[in-house]
Amino acid sequence: MNQKIGVRREPLTDTQLLMTITIFIFFGMYLLAMLLLGGGFLRAQQVFDMLNDNASLIIVSCGLTIVMIGGGIDISVGAVTSLVVMSCVLYLNGGGNIFVSILLALGIGLAFGLVHGFLISYLEIQPFIVTLAGMFFARGMTTILSVNPQKVAHEGFAKLRDVKIEIPWLGYVANNGNVVPARMELGVVIALVCLVLIFILLKFIKLGRAFYAIGGNQQSALMLGINVKRTRFISYVISGLLSGISGYVFMMHTGAGNATNAAGMEMNAIASSIIGGTLLTGGVGNVAGTFFGTMTLTTIKKIVVSSGLKEPWWQSITTGGMLCFFILLQSVVLGQRAKRKKS
Amino acid sequence: MQDKVLLQMRQIEKRFPGVRALDGVDFTLREGEIHALMGENGAGKSTLIKVLTGVYQMDGGEIKLDGELITIRSPQDAQNSGISTVYQEITLCPNLTVAENIFIGREDSTWVRHKDYEKRADEILGKLGIPARSRQQLGDCSLAVQQMVAIARAVDMKCKVLILDEPTSSLDDKEVNMLFDLMRSLKSQGVGIIFVTHFLEQVYEVSDRITVLRNGELVGEYLTEELPQVELVAKMIGKELDELSSLREEPDIVVEEKEVFYNAKGLSSSAALPFDFSIRKGEVNGFTGLLGSGRSESVRAIFGADKVTGGSVSIKGKPVKITRPVEAMKNGIGYLAEDRKRDGIIADLSVRENIILALQVMNGFFKPISRSESEAFADEYIKVLNIKTASRETPIGSLSGGNQQKVILARWLLTHPDYLILDEPTRGIDVGTKLEIQKLVLKLAEEGVSVTFISSEVEEMLRTCSRLIVMRDRHVVGELKGSDLNQEQVMKTIAGGEAKDEE
Repeated sequence: MNQKIGVRREPLTDTQLLMTITIFIFFGMYLLAMLLLGGGFLRAQQVFDMLNDNASLIIVSCGLTIVMIGGGIDISVGAVTSLVVMSCVLYLNGGGNIFVSILLALGIGLAFGLVHGFLISYLEIQPFIVTLAGMFFARGMTTILSVNPQKVAHEGFAKLRDVKIEIPWLGYVANNGNVVPARMELGVVIALVCLVLIFILLKFIKLGRAFYAIGGNQQSALMLGINVKRTRFISYVISGLLSGISGYVFMMHTGAGNATNAAGMEMNAIASSIIGGTLLTGGVGNVAGTFFGTMTLTTIKKIVVSSGLKEPWWQSITTGGMLCFFILLQSVVLGQRAKRKKS
Repeated sequence: MQDKVLLQMRQIEKRFPGVRALDGVDFTLREGEIHALMGENGAGKSTLIKVLTGVYQMDGGEIKLDGELITIRSPQDAQNSGISTVYQEITLCPNLTVAENIFIGREDSTWVRHKDYEKRADEILGKLGIPARSRQQLGDCSLAVQQMVAIARAVDMKCKVLILDEPTSSLDDKEVNMLFDLMRSLKSQGVGIIFVTHFLEQVYEVSDRITVLRNGELVGEYLTEELPQVELVAKMIGKELDELSSLREEPDIVVEEKEVFYNAKGLSSSAALPFDFSIRKGEVNGFTGLLGSGRSESVRAIFGADKVTGGSVSIKGKPVKITRPVEAMKNGIGYLAEDRKRDGIIADLSVRENIILALQVMNGFFKPISRSESEAFADEYIKVLNIKTASRETPIGSLSGGNQQKVILARWLLTHPDYLILDEPTRGIDVGTKLEIQKLVLKLAEEGVSVTFISSEVEEMLRTCSRLIVMRDRHVVGELKGSDLNQEQVMKTIAGGEAKDEE
């Protein structure tokens, strides 16, 4: 196609460049882990575990990426996830219907998204403040619902939760000689579907490109004929909705509700987006990058644990270090680029 | 071709609280013509443009496009009726590709067909001869090309009227020529172009017709070829031109004998190559050269604005070390930066606060200037420099460009510098204010202040400076004084001073 119209290959856009760097680093790191640490890293199940544990994180990170591309921030996603988990657990334990519980999850997420979006876009309040308030509100509500951890005791849900996709040829032979197939939870499928849908949205749909435009330069976007307020509003609604989905996936993974569920998830999601090449200043980013950002973050944590540093603070410290490293890398790479352009 | 009237604005009125910004202004644009809209700052150019683009609502008058009466309520309305504007600041998204910038916001379907857009964008770019590729990220293009992409977008929206508001301010000569070629090619396609600029030469280079506004009133519409440049200026400032030419009565004399105030040997910075430079007390000299020749970088090195990397400096014969602006200030050097929006004004602070800023920095922040003292200073300089402001507490951001420049000048004058460096003090301001600033420079020199003056307009420098240092490609290539100070000699030196250098 390209040859036909004689277009020569263009240099990567900022978005593509940052994403490529992340993908390379992820594979490099994983390869190193396989060579040096071996063990679990040699099994495909390791990747599936990482996905199973982080399906909900991937989902909220996608939402956050959209918001950040539009130049905003949403720090309520973890708390909303937690509220959704607790609400659905209590509803199901009260003898609720699976289908309605799903609607409940989506409804809670959507409600937060609508309120955030309205306050931020139409009343023009700082997104940080609005979503901070949303975060406190959701955390508070979760605690009001139940201080004690609640386990889901619902037959239908147990069935749904236990749906696992087994891939025998990626399994491994256990010590006793049995073949243990690779297992992937339903949540991962949901997360990947969300990922693909949002990838398409951001790349090929008018609305998706509008997110980039308002993040790139809001004033220009207005002059270019984009409805800036509506676009921004929708970005928060999508983020809220994804928090709802994330909550349900979280519940399917843990099977229980706890007031401290998903604590700090918003920060991990922000970290994933940034590592994946989303700029906090807006306009640059991509969910494919975000996916690899989440995986990079998880891999480094696994490496830390496998290296024998089991205490939880080591994971925090490495996460902090990683984030610092990536932000530095991004600013150096983009800075070099700007310099090259000038000369 | 240029006979069919495309746009007719008649008896346009626009009032702001306390000001009559437009008072019965007529403006006519014909098909396939480049029409320059001229006037000093505050003449009503921007207001007229903003009425036409729907940013402001007019209080009276009518606008006819293609003979039909139209009402424009928003920039969107204007675009839909075929009136597009390309502003000085690029109003595109730097993070998107060129193709997307041309098509975003006006797609007809939900899906973005990248391939299709890129093909169409390449066609448009090719047709207009714009050196950009559709898949390039816009931010990777030069400012000039970005501006052209904005024009391409306007053209593709089937605009009949294209407004170019100060499009050349941030472009170099080559880029300006590229833009002019594009304008001419659009003109031949029948687009009517309204060209707003401060550069007189450019008006004469491309425009067919000139409309002059002054104080919100129409002065007249003229064919460019029938209006000599001198008369145009006279019409813009509304006074006779004798003043302009007779700015400098007695030729430069006495300076030669005065003591050397500042002397630098081999001074270099992270941005400037080593150069020698000296200035005497009461001397006005200038750095000239094309954009990017290193003239600004050199004076920034004198002030310590960039990292100084070498050389020795003496002031009044005593060696000093100037590596930071505050050291320069303590040695009596003031520097008026090239980009006043970025390096100069603090838009939200009042005129008074902006004026006392440099003095405050020199005194140190632990010795605040009292309110009554600062008010007295502000009032004094508002009067002396004839700064047009509602009051001393008005935020400086709401003043016109020329008046902002005067405030910054006041800021430096307040520190009573021995040596003042003015980098492009007259860029983007109206002719009248330019003249005032030039006069002020000469007056300062008479009082014994040394001044280094940089301007893109050679003519202006010839009027004020007694010595010109010519730079090319970051090297000093010549020094002109006395009878060599004429436009021709300056041009010659800029163009090729090597022979002279070898001697």
